[in-house]
Amino acid sequence: MSTIITRRTLLAGAAASAALPLAGARAQAPFGVGFVYVGPVGDHGWTWTHDQGRKAVEAAYGNKVKTSFIENVAEGPDAARAIRQLAQAGDQLIFTTSFGFMNPTIQVAKQFPKIKFEHATGYQRAENVATYNARFYEGRAVIGTIAGHMSKSGQAGYIASFPIPEVVMGINAFHLAAKKVNPNFKTKVIWASTWYDPAKEADAAKALIDQGCDVITQHTDSAAALQAAEQRGVFAFGQASDMKAFAPKAHLSAIVDDWSGYYVKRVKEAMDGTWKSGDVWGGIKDGMVKLAPYNDAVTPAARAAADEVQKGIVAGTLHPFTGELKDQKGTLRLKAGETASDEILSKMDWYVDGVQA
Amino acid sequence: MLEWRRRREPSKAMLYLSPLIAIGLTMLTGMLVFGAIGYDGLRAVTAIFVTPLIEPQRWADLGVKAAPLIMIALGLAIGFRANVWNIGAEGQYVMGAIAGTGVALLTHDMTGWWILPAMALAGVVGGAAYAALPALLKVRLQVSEILTSLMLTYVAVQFLYYLVRGPWKDPDGFNFPQTKMFSASQTLPAVAEGSLVHFGVPLAVLLALVAWFVMAKTVAGYAVRVVGRAPAAARHGGFDANRVTWAALLAGGGLAGLAGIFEAAGPFGQLTPQFPVGYGFTAIIVAFLGRLSPPGIVFGALVLAVTYVGGEIAQSTVRLPSAATGMFQALLLFFLLATDVLVRYRLAWKARPARSAP
Amino acid sequence: MTAAILVSIFMTLAAAATPILLASLGELVTEKAGVLNLGVEGMMLCGAVAGFAVAYSTGSVALGLIAATLAGVAAAMIFALLTLGLGSNQVATGLALTIFGIGASSLIGAGFVGRTITRLGPLFPADYAAHPWLRLVFGHDVVVYLSLALVLAVSLFLRRTKAGLILRAVGENADSAHAIGYRVLAIRTAATAFGGALAGLGGAYFSLALTPMWADRLTAGRGWIALALVVFAAWKPGRLLIGAYLFGAVATFELQAKAAGLSFIAPEVLAMTPYLATIVVLTMMSLGRRTGGRDAPACLGKPFPAP
Repeated sequence: MSTIITRRTLLAGAAASAALPLAGARAQAPFGVGFVYVGPVGDHGWTWTHDQGRKAVEAAYGNKVKTSFIENVAEGPDAARAIRQLAQAGDQLIFTTSFGFMNPTIQVAKQFPKIKFEHATGYQRAENVATYNARFYEGRAVIGTIAGHMSKSGQAGYIASFPIPEVVMGINAFHLAAKKVNPNFKTKVIWASTWYDPAKEADAAKALIDQGCDVITQHTDSAAALQAAEQRGVFAFGQASDMKAFAPKAHLSAIVDDWSGYYVKRVKEAMDGTWKSGDVWGGIKDGMVKLAPYNDAVTPAARAAADEVQKGIVAGTLHPFTGELKDQKGTLRLKAGETASDEILSKMDWYVDGVQA
Repeated sequence: MLEWRRRREPSKAMLYLSPLIAIGLTMLTGMLVFGAIGYDGLRAVTAIFVTPLIEPQRWADLGVKAAPLIMIALGLAIGFRANVWNIGAEGQYVMGAIAGTGVALLTHDMTGWWILPAMALAGVVGGAAYAALPALLKVRLQVSEILTSLMLTYVAVQFLYYLVRGPWKDPDGFNFPQTKMFSASQTLPAVAEGSLVHFGVPLAVLLALVAWFVMAKTVAGYAVRVVGRAPAAARHGGFDANRVTWAALLAGGGLAGLAGIFEAAGPFGQLTPQFPVGYGFTAIIVAFLGRLSPPGIVFGALVLAVTYVGGEIAQSTVRLPSAATGMFQALLLFFLLATDVLVRYRLAWKARPARSAP
Repeated sequence: MTAAILVSIFMTLAAAATPILLASLGELVTEKAGVLNLGVEGMMLCGAVAGFAVAYSTGSVALGLIAATLAGVAAAMIFALLTLGLGSNQVATGLALTIFGIGASSLIGAGFVGRTITRLGPLFPADYAAHPWLRLVFGHDVVVYLSLALVLAVSLFLRRTKAGLILRAVGENADSAHAIGYRVLAIRTAATAFGGALAGLGGAYFSLALTPMWADRLTAGRGWIALALVVFAAWKPGRLLIGAYLFGAVATFELQAKAAGLSFIAPEVLAMTPYLATIVVLTMMSLGRRTGGRDAPACLGKPFPAP
C-alpha cells in the first residue's frame, strides 16, 4: 500500500488496520501502477485485454507493485480527472488505454512531471509521456490469408466502426492478404457507426451473409457477429481475444491483443529508473499481437499459408503493405517493392481495389 | 397500526431534512448491499461520500463537475415549478455547445476578448432555440413537452455525431471524429493561474443566486409558482400560463445551452462524440435533490459531483466496479423520492376508523 | 435476389422488431392507465441479465424467459411503489429506474461476461419450414409468435373488455374513475407491472435470442426507441405493430443496402428518424384532435391523488 493511499484511508477514518506510513518503510512501499480504461473490464474486448495486462504485472512483481484501475471513463474531462486522481493517489506509472485519453493524458502529465505516463494508440508524446500501440494489421494479414483460402464465394464481410486510420489499415491489410490467395477476392464493408451494439453487429453480419459473404470479420467490440456466423453456418474471426466459446464451429482464429509483455517490461523499467519516453508499435514479433489457435476446419493449405505469413512478418521479409499498390482511384500509393512507412500507415484514409467500403 | 396522515401544511423541516435522510439511507443500504456481495462496504461508502469532501485535492474536481449540473438544474427547476416538464435539457445542452462551437470555428483564426462572449451568447441562443420547439408545440397544439423534449435530445446527439464525423471534422485530426481544438481566445479562462476551476464554476453559483432572487422576490417568479401550483387561480389573477410555459422552456434551454458551450470551451476544448455525458438527465435528479430551490440545487449538484468523484476513488482503492456508482446514484434518487412523502404526510398511529389512506 | 434471401431478410427484420414491439406494447398499457414510466431501458436490461443468468445456470431458455419477465415486473414494482405508493414524480422516478437498471444489470452480469448459451430456436420443427416461404410462417421462435398474439390480445382487451374500458378510464380521468368506485392505484399498479413484464421479456430477447450472451448495456438504447414508438403509434396496438416492423425494416434494409455497396443516407440522419417521426406524429395527432381525433391519455404522468 502506498503512503498516499494510506493517508487517504487515515483521513477517511477507516484505517484502523492500515499500516502506518513510517519514513523508513517508504523504500519498501510498493510501486504504484495505474490504469485508466474506456470500457468496463467485463467487456471481453479491448478493455478486458488491457486488464489482463494489468493482472500480468501483478503476477510478475507480486508485493513490489500495487496496481489500481478506473473503468468506464468517458473520453474528455472525466478522463483527466481519473488520471489525476491516480497520480495524486501515488501511482508512479499510469497507462491510459484509449485514443480519446490523449489530450487529458498530456494535460495531466504536465502537472506531474515526476510521474510517468503511457498512452495507447495516440501520437502526442512528452518527456514523461510515452505512446504505444499494436500492429493489429499484421494479425489482419494473417486472418485475411485464412479467409482467402476458406471462402468459397470469394467474398468476405467486414463490420467496421468508423473510418479512422486504425480501422482503414485493418481493412486494407485483410483484403490484400486475401487477394494474394484469390485475386478476385471481394471485401464488403459495413460501417456500423458504433463500436458496440451487439444486436446491430449481428444484423450487419446477417446482411453480409445474405449478400453472399461466407467469411465474416469485424472491427467492433462484441462477439455478436461471430454468433450470427455460427447460426448461419459460415466462418468468422474473433476480435481482441479468443472468442471460440461464442462460436465453436465458425471461429477460425482470432486476433488476440496481448499487452502483458509490454506492461511487465515497462513497469520494470520504471521501477529500475531506466524508463524513457518513446513510441512503441509492436506486432506479432513482439508478442503484442497473437493469433488464437486455428479451428480444426482450417485446411492444411490455409494453415501453412497463414503460418508462412506469420513467419515472414516476424522475420521482416514480409510486410502486409508492399508495393506496387494503388488505391481505388488509381493513385499510386506505394512503388514496386516499397513498403508502407509507419507515417503512411498512421494516416491511411484510402482503400485498395476490391474493397467495397 | 401506523398510517399516513396528510399534513395541513407541507413540513418545512422535512423539506430540508428529507434529502439528508435519503443520503443517510443510501449510504446505509449501499454499505449493506456491497458488503453482502463481498466488498468492504464501509470503506466503499466512505470513499464515495466522504473522501472527496475531506481531500482538498478533489475540491476543484467537484466544482468542475457540479457547475454544468447547477446551471442546467436551475433552468429545469423554473420549469418544474410551473409544471413544465422539460426533460430534454441534454439536447439543449448539446445544441448550445454546437451553436457556440459554430462561432468558435468561424473565428478560429481571430483573436479578441469578444470571441468568448460571442460563443457564450450563441450557446444560450442555441439552447433556447432548441427548447422553443417544444414550447411552440405545447402552447399552440398542446403537445406534451415531456415527449417532444425527450425525443429532440436524441436528434441533437445524432446531429452532433454528424457534424463531428462530417463537416466539422478536424482536417488535421487523422480522420478522428472531433473538431479542432479551440484557440486560446476561445477557451474559458481558469479562475486562477494553474487552477482547474474554470470561470463557469463561480458563474454557476452566481446564477444560482440570481435565480433565487428572481424566484423568491420578483413578480415573474411569483407567476411561475402560481401557474404551477394553481393554474385556475393564476388565470383568475391575470397570469398567462402560455407565457410562463415559454419563459420556463426558454430559460431552461438557454441555461442548458450556456452549460453546454462552457463545457465545450472549458474542460473539453473541442467537440467530440463523447461530449454528451448525460448532464442534462443528471440535472433532473439534481433539481429534485435540491427541492427545486436554487440553494438546494447547488447542494444537490455537489452531492452528485461527490458520487462521481468518489465513485472513481472507490474504484481505485476498494476495487468497487464503476456500475456501483450508478447504483448509488439510483438508490439516492429512489430514497429521495420516497422520503418526499414525509413533506406532505406524516406517520401516525391509527386511532379511529380513519379516512382512506392515500 | 432469390426468395431465400428475401425470406432471410424478413426473418432478421422480424427479430429486430420483436423486442421493441414487446417493450412498447407493455409501455402502451402502462401509459393507457395514465402512468408514464421512462424506465423502459432499465427494465429491459434487468430482464436481459436475469434471463441470461437463469438460462445459463439452469440450461433452460424457457426458465430464462420466465425469470426475465419476473425481473421486469420487479423493476416496475420499484417504480410503482415510489410513484403510485408514495406519489413521487413519474419522470424523475423513471429516469432513476433506468440508471438503476444499467448499474444493477452490470453488477449481476459481471460473472456471466464471456459465456454463451444455446439460443432460443424456432418453435416448430425444421420440416415445417423446409420451404423458404414456409419459413416466413413457421420459422420464428416462440417469442415472435407471442408478441404478435399479445398485440391482438392487448388490442381486444383495451377495446372490447370491461376491464380494458376501466383501465382506459383510469388513464383518462382518474378522479372520475375513483368517484365511480374503481381502485385507481391498484389498476395502475397492475398496468405498470404488465409494462415491466413485457419490457423484461423484450430485454431477454437480446440475451437469449438475438445475441445469446451478456455484456454491459446489451440493449444499446432500444428502450428509448420503444418509448418513442408508443407515441408514434398514437397509443394504438395495431399501429404499434406497424411501427415496430417499420423500424425493423428500416434498420435491416439500411444494413442490406450497405452490404450491397449502396449508401444513400447518413447513418446519423437515419438514427434520428424514429424520434423525428414521433414528433411529427404527435404534431399531426394534435392537429387532428381539433377535428375529433384522439391522442395521449389525458392523465398521462399525472399523480393520483393530486398532491
